[in-house]
Amino acid sequence: MIAFIIRRLLASLGVLIAVGLIAFVMFRYVGDPVNQMVGIETPAAEREALRQQLGLNEPVIVQASRFLLNAARFDFGISYQFRQPVSVMIGARLPATLELAIVASILSLLAGVPLGVYSALRRDSALAKLFQALSLVGISLPTFLTGILLIYLFSVTLGWLPSFGRGAVVPIGSWWTTGLLTMSGLKSLIMPAITLALFQMTLIMRLVRAEMLEVLRADYIRFARARGLSERAVHFHHALKNTLVPVMTVVGLQLGSIVAFSIITETVFAWPGMGQLFLQSIQNVDIPIMAAYLLFIAFLFVIINLVVDLLYVIVDPRLRAAVHGASG
Amino acid sequence: MTNPLLSVRDLRVEFATRRGPLVALDGVSLDIAAGEILGIVGESGAGKSLTGLAIIGLLDPPGHIAGGEIRLDGRRIDNLPAAEMRKLRGRRIGMIFQDPLTSLNPLLRIGDHLVETILAHSALTPKQARERAIALLSEVGIPAPEKRIDGYPHEFSGGMRQRVVIALALCGEPALVIADEPTTALDVSVQAQIIAVLKKLTRVHGAAVMLITHDMGVIAETADRVAVMYAGRIVEIGKVSEVVRAPLHPYARGLMAAIPTLEGRVARLAQIPGAMPRLSAIPRGCAFSPRCPEAFDRCRVERPPLLTVGDRSAACWLYDRGHAPAMTTEIVS
Repeated sequence: MIAFIIRRLLASLGVLIAVGLIAFVMFRYVGDPVNQMVGIETPAAEREALRQQLGLNEPVIVQASRFLLNAARFDFGISYQFRQPVSVMIGARLPATLELAIVASILSLLAGVPLGVYSALRRDSALAKLFQALSLVGISLPTFLTGILLIYLFSVTLGWLPSFGRGAVVPIGSWWTTGLLTMSGLKSLIMPAITLALFQMTLIMRLVRAEMLEVLRADYIRFARARGLSERAVHFHHALKNTLVPVMTVVGLQLGSIVAFSIITETVFAWPGMGQLFLQSIQNVDIPIMAAYLLFIAFLFVIINLVVDLLYVIVDPRLRAAVHGASG
Repeated sequence: MTNPLLSVRDLRVEFATRRGPLVALDGVSLDIAAGEILGIVGESGAGKSLTGLAIIGLLDPPGHIAGGEIRLDGRRIDNLPAAEMRKLRGRRIGMIFQDPLTSLNPLLRIGDHLVETILAHSALTPKQARERAIALLSEVGIPAPEKRIDGYPHEFSGGMRQRVVIALALCGEPALVIADEPTTALDVSVQAQIIAVLKKLTRVHGAAVMLITHDMGVIAETADRVAVMYAGRIVEIGKVSEVVRAPLHPYARGLMAAIPTLEGRVARLAQIPGAMPRLSAIPRGCAFSPRCPEAFDRCRVERPPLLTVGDRSAACWLYDRGHAPAMTTEIVS
């Protein structure tokens, strides 16, 4: 088991180094950062000094390895535009994005899995068919439209919920802030979380339904019925567990993309998260932020993949045997 | 057979399709006495498994019972509500499927399967159920059952898994076990063991067996009586010794002649020309008539019912006047 984890960690490290190099390439080829940082009248000598100071004159290899080593210490340099350490800027925005993403994921799981199970078990019921039809809407409606519709209904027309921002936040520890403990924070979270969760929820629902229908056709389900087990035991003890194994992968990766692609939702709701920061950085060609964001997302996916792999091993005894066999 | 355990009369199973119903079983009638082993043979698609599934009430839609009746202990069970039928499954009728590799839930321990099933059929405590599970595993011949009970299905070989499956089917002490090709997916060397376990256990527990297979050898060794199926119909039913030695129906004769024997010179095996008709194109009259070497005009027009010939029945017009033609003995060498 430990050998398995170590092997996976090494592979993950390889992925991160590769992504880091890609991020570094951005520095070399996406415009000249010095042009971005200085005014149009800045004399050439001053530009050269800045160039020297940023280390842009050194050999590529030196720059690349320095970038990677710094990145390993979460040091992504100074933002060209804001003149602040990138890690501090991201750190300040991280809680907002992660809170939104986690709440949205939990929401989509809590709604998506039961809906999927229901529509698989009661495949021919009117309600299941309605869910299927609605899920098509949910899966094809663009996020910004959902967000804008929600704002129109609950903020503009009904005035129940705030249309932007994160509400009041409470600091926890030295660098985390949470909106989950204040009324205005919770109220502000509702609409962005629903907007972000809707697509995931419909996706999970359709996936769970399809997987469950597949599993219900399996021989061991028929044999479980032939032994006189209750429908409840057949569905929830035998079928559901087998359904969730493949669903796990997709849900894990979706959690990653919820964080990575919360950009649109954050923009619609003016949510002070990383997505917004990333959009600004693109507009300003603020490469250190872009590079840090890229690495952060890669890091997130790597972690999620690792966790999903470990969960697999915990859930599926066949893989457990394979892992033990390989390491022992 | 005055009071059969299971009695099937004129069973008809149809599949609803867009182009109208497909008749998969047509007029299947058979009896099984308590403790008896009835073999069901026929080629793939003859309706053997469907007969079993119809009896235990597990036909997958769009398949459904469209006619006839099934009685267990004299009580009609083909029209029971789903909840009532479920109470019979495992407790009165058990079923074993072909592939032991896929019959067990890969994520659950062997013990989980057994305990869950035992608890569903008895008022035992989980601890007692576990003891009973260990006893059952040792009965089906699994070595060190108190250790293996915590193993997962993938840790068992095919033969061992089929033993577990047999133990599972017997958890509720059913009076009838439907064994659908229980040895087909196994190595030849293991097949005999599994058949022996099945035979021994059903004797010990007093269960009747409906043994579905296309292996005449298994039937000859195991079953008391045998029913030969063709295109969703029973063409011959009777004592194994008689049907194997001197089959009446031309199809049954062809089937027996196609079995290779160890004795005698190596000759070309007999074949039945042609193939079984598709369900959508079953000929009028006798379904076997287009392939039958002895078919005459009546066979192509009128469907033969099961005609009594001595101790057995055959659905063939050759026996309409109650005499067996002399040629029946010709087949056996």
